[in-house]
Amino acid sequence: MHLYPVEKSLQLFPFSCGSAAPTVSLLFRVWLPLCLFLRRIITTQAISSFGGLQLLNGPSVADQGKLTARERILLLLDPDSFDEYDMFVEHRCTDFGMDSSKNKYPGDSVVTGRGRINGRLAYVFSQDFTVFGGSLSGVHAQKICKIMDQAAMVGAPVIGLNDSGGARIQEGVESLAGYADIFLRNVLCSGVIPQISLIMGPCAGGAVYSPALTDFTFMVKDTSYLFITGPDVVKSVTNEDVTQEQLGGAKTHTAVSGVAHRAFENDIDALLNLREFFNYLPLSNRDPAPVCECHDPSDRPVPELDTIVPSESTKAYDMLDIVHSIVDEREFFEIMPTYARNIVVGFARMNGRTVGIVGNQPKVASGCLDINSSVKGARFVRFCDAFNIPLITFVDVPGFLPGTAQEYGGIIRHGAKLLFAFAEATVPKITVITRKAYGGAYDVMSSKHLRGDVNYAWPTAEVAVMGAKGAVQIIFRGKEADAEEEYVDKFANPFPAAMRGFVDDIIQPSTTRARICHDLDVLASKSQSSPWKKHANIPL
Amino acid sequence: MFTWETLCSRWCLVTSHKLYSSVYDPNEKTFEKLLIANRGEIACRVIKTCKKMGIKTVAIHSDVDANAVHVKMADEAVCVGPAPTSKSYLNMDAIMEVIRKMGAQAVHPGYGFLSENKEFARRLASEGVTFIGPDTHAIQAMGDKIESKLLAKNAKVNTIPGFDGVVKDADEAVRIAREIGYPVMIKASAGGGGKGMRIAWDDEETREGFRFSSQEAASSFGDDRLLIEKFIDNPRHIEIQVLADKHGNALWLNERECSIQRRNQKVVEEAPSTFLDPETRRAMGEQAVALAKAVKYSSAGTVEFLVDSSKNFYFLEMNTRLQVEHPVTECITGLDLVQEMIRVAKGYPLRHKQADIPINGWAVECRVYAEDPYKSFGLPSIGKLSQYQEPLHVPSVRVDSGIQQGSDISIYYDPMISKLITYGSNRAEALKRMEEALDNYVIRGVAHNISLLREVIVHPRFVQGDISTKFLPEVYPDGFKGHKLTDLERRQLLATAVSLYVVEQLRSQRFLGTPRIPIAKSKRSSWELSVHLGDGIYPVAVSKDGSSFSVEVDGMKLNVTSEWNLASPLLSVTIDGTQRTIQRISRNASGETSIQFLGTVYKLQILTKVAAELSKYMPEKAAEDTSSILRSPMPGTVVAVSVKPGDMVSEGQEICVIEAMKMQNSMIAAKTGKVSHLRSLKTICNLSNRIEFKKEKRRILVVKELSLIVVSLSK
Repeated sequence: MHLYPVEKSLQLFPFSCGSAAPTVSLLFRVWLPLCLFLRRIITTQAISSFGGLQLLNGPSVADQGKLTARERILLLLDPDSFDEYDMFVEHRCTDFGMDSSKNKYPGDSVVTGRGRINGRLAYVFSQDFTVFGGSLSGVHAQKICKIMDQAAMVGAPVIGLNDSGGARIQEGVESLAGYADIFLRNVLCSGVIPQISLIMGPCAGGAVYSPALTDFTFMVKDTSYLFITGPDVVKSVTNEDVTQEQLGGAKTHTAVSGVAHRAFENDIDALLNLREFFNYLPLSNRDPAPVCECHDPSDRPVPELDTIVPSESTKAYDMLDIVHSIVDEREFFEIMPTYARNIVVGFARMNGRTVGIVGNQPKVASGCLDINSSVKGARFVRFCDAFNIPLITFVDVPGFLPGTAQEYGGIIRHGAKLLFAFAEATVPKITVITRKAYGGAYDVMSSKHLRGDVNYAWPTAEVAVMGAKGAVQIIFRGKEADAEEEYVDKFANPFPAAMRGFVDDIIQPSTTRARICHDLDVLASKSQSSPWKKHANIPL
Repeated sequence: MFTWETLCSRWCLVTSHKLYSSVYDPNEKTFEKLLIANRGEIACRVIKTCKKMGIKTVAIHSDVDANAVHVKMADEAVCVGPAPTSKSYLNMDAIMEVIRKMGAQAVHPGYGFLSENKEFARRLASEGVTFIGPDTHAIQAMGDKIESKLLAKNAKVNTIPGFDGVVKDADEAVRIAREIGYPVMIKASAGGGGKGMRIAWDDEETREGFRFSSQEAASSFGDDRLLIEKFIDNPRHIEIQVLADKHGNALWLNERECSIQRRNQKVVEEAPSTFLDPETRRAMGEQAVALAKAVKYSSAGTVEFLVDSSKNFYFLEMNTRLQVEHPVTECITGLDLVQEMIRVAKGYPLRHKQADIPINGWAVECRVYAEDPYKSFGLPSIGKLSQYQEPLHVPSVRVDSGIQQGSDISIYYDPMISKLITYGSNRAEALKRMEEALDNYVIRGVAHNISLLREVIVHPRFVQGDISTKFLPEVYPDGFKGHKLTDLERRQLLATAVSLYVVEQLRSQRFLGTPRIPIAKSKRSSWELSVHLGDGIYPVAVSKDGSSFSVEVDGMKLNVTSEWNLASPLLSVTIDGTQRTIQRISRNASGETSIQFLGTVYKLQILTKVAAELSKYMPEKAAEDTSSILRSPMPGTVVAVSVKPGDMVSEGQEICVIEAMKMQNSMIAAKTGKVSHLRSLKTICNLSNRIEFKKEKRRILVVKELSLIVVSLSK
């Protein structure tokens, strides 16, 4: 239990208790009321800091394996760095006996404020499930909006720790208005400051759209749920039997729906990981990607890369092996590791500087692009572009996945998102073709033609319209037997692309890290703009 | 002008093994081109000497080995077939074809594969290609257990006295036993291995043993023959290296002590042996040479002996090839055995006399395997060596390996990573260096047996030289569990781990450049942490003083200093004046970290005091119940399935047998139940470690990385 320190609240008052000996009249006229008043402040703060825990019959968070709202803030932020806002705010509802003193909690069902994560500023709200199930009242929304406004103004990220039963039903439309106020701010802040949601309990109904609008949504395994309608409603409407976990648990959203970006074991694990994740992000779109102290030499050769791509082009390898060996200290914060695994996205550092990594994963579905992987990649690329994070793309893509399921699902429209995102991005873009770069997918994957700044090919690269077998069948209608070899000679190598300047250099794989680090240093001062527009019209 | 070849050979001259001094005489004519019919470290080892001698080399490889180190080292390389050894490294037709095509004049077979295959030697001879090894006659004679024993007896080599045949009655058994001398071992001749073996120390026990064994022989095998043999108590495995030429000269190059074994495979070898006195050594050497001369042996060979506690030695077998552990002999004698083998094969007489063969210093070899030593002293593991760094910066260290960072350890071949050899002027020095070398050896991506090796070489019994072939099961009767930390070592580990944690925390607050919003600089210089290690939770207080840390554990203060390079795989730390090399294997944001300390990897979780207090409210997640699922502990091929769906099986019953890396493992049911289904799958593991599943008629199980459900048991 983290109590607001009494000494700190005393500092709010510029009066010194130990000044000159008070006269009797001074005592009665000033000190006594002040003492009573001070007592009220301190008591209110104490009550607020207990949230709903003061009620013996309140729901016990410990039994559910959850931490309280304040404990979460305590773990998320640097020690003694939290400055709380609106501790005295109370809800204004008078219906259904809500105006009775036992239904009033100073601070209401959310704790808001600002603090530091590894010394860097962050705004935080943490919903308090112990007060009316963390339900969203008008003032609850007002408190969140206040810190969001200030965060946008100052240029610092907002982190939401969501644990709320939904709207405060007693407040009716006031609660809905509160949601909309938050949504609007989520949208206005999008691309201005990073917004992160960590779902640490239920989050249902309209409330889910706030996390959905933020840049990253993380979940806690087994204790958090996200859904539009709960299992009971589902049963009554579609007669489906489904559990909370199946419908909107961490596994569902990280592996099936792609709503959440990552899930963690428990509250502590999630908060500690969030601290680490925060270090990759710039504070706002006005700031460059952060550069940390790095012990890993930027020119470190990576000998294993010379043999990592199998000699047979049909054999798979793990793109994560390449990523881990190239980035600083093998540390890679993967985003959506269990969703659309045929593309790998995530944050890492190169010589200390945050970079966004995008890579086709030959180990899963040959690394082809399909609907899910295109959308996953596109959103990540756009985040990096919005927040000045350089993009490094590793290409081994046999093309887009064919089939009715994909065509009916709109692969054209969804694939266009990734193309759009890469083309539109003006951050430094470095591309390494490790093996296949076939067909339209070659163009999509941060090619030279989409304003790639530095495009490398490994000696194993094959840049062609399609695989040799298919190409020969079309060109010669199967009449030429040795034409396949000719096609392989001509296109299954990086020369045709290099001769035309579509790749800048064919590099020894073991030098990739050194080359990229060097390029990033040069490209740090890159400036590129697109024609004026209100906003682009990405094919949603 | 430099050509690539001369550059390579010059490079090899500079960097070749420091630890032998055989001189190469450039005027001595030798082969022009030599093919190495092997892979891995031994192929690399042979190529190194060939480069020194100016011989062109041809490597052969299977398709998964296309990028292997031996292929890159050789002047030319040819693929001889797919991954399974029977289709590549044992494929004589394909190898003969390569020899013809590439015009190789000689073949070095290394060890294993075709090295003791008389058919291969014969085919080479018929095509006029020199086999670098003894002639067919010697291979054949020594390859046959009975014939070799007979030959040894005739050459007056001590053999294990024994009797094999029908024993009429107990009195006769006693008579035979007395002739041999107690203790004796009695068993049915037909019974394999140690099955039904009884040890008798006196006449009474002999009678009893006779009764049981003859009954068993008749009932179980229907074969009355009994084997009565001298029982060698606590035997040591000591072998003599011999070197002979085609002119009737033979030398013994001293012994190698190879007693530390698991499942009859050697793990730690050394030369010389602590156990032999000069007389015994000479007696063993002379008998070995006598045997070599008796079979007209030429080339390098090894005569293996069992030595009992009173220094009686008995011939076991002769290996007609270069041994895995030959480097220890090279270290103490200064001879390059591969070079000598090539010279002998070319027909040159030996350049040395017996008196020229020294014992210079002491050499120890550890076989570093990709295997998990916590499971029956080593079950093979596979994977990619994501990080690999040999401890060559430690003085007097030789590493014979055929892999590099990024190499795959596959299921098809021996899981040996390397042979780590250290040398010193005496045993203590060699062992000290071995300790240091093992600590400085970086192997990531696969399980390895460094922890076991390090424990063995510092074990008091090993240090005193009190070893036998039963060393491992005797010292670790319940299996190897890793290093047991003393209180001091535990404090050192905790202090190092928390210091690293604090260094990491402090670094994560250091951003370069001038940020728009100033960073709140923490002035914190002390931390209260809680560390979870094993079953214990330890409160630890850390305070920083420059680059060193003062850590309070269990009320004791420790001072930790280091350079604190968080990217280096090796970290040299000084704890209260004691220098330790540790390796931080992993860390994550949740405070979990694993650290290799004194060879063993320890898992720790470091949390702040607040987080540790709150962590007791976190839900405990139930571990998955795996008792009803049978998982293979390693990837391999199912060679036999003993159950079918619907069968009832009881706990401990064998369900199938998996073969992986030359080892058969019986898979046992963890609980009683009914087999609900079996999957029929086959694996093909290729270079990139992808596993493809193919339906086959035969029930074959396979396994990706660690687990594939094979059988489900239901009540």
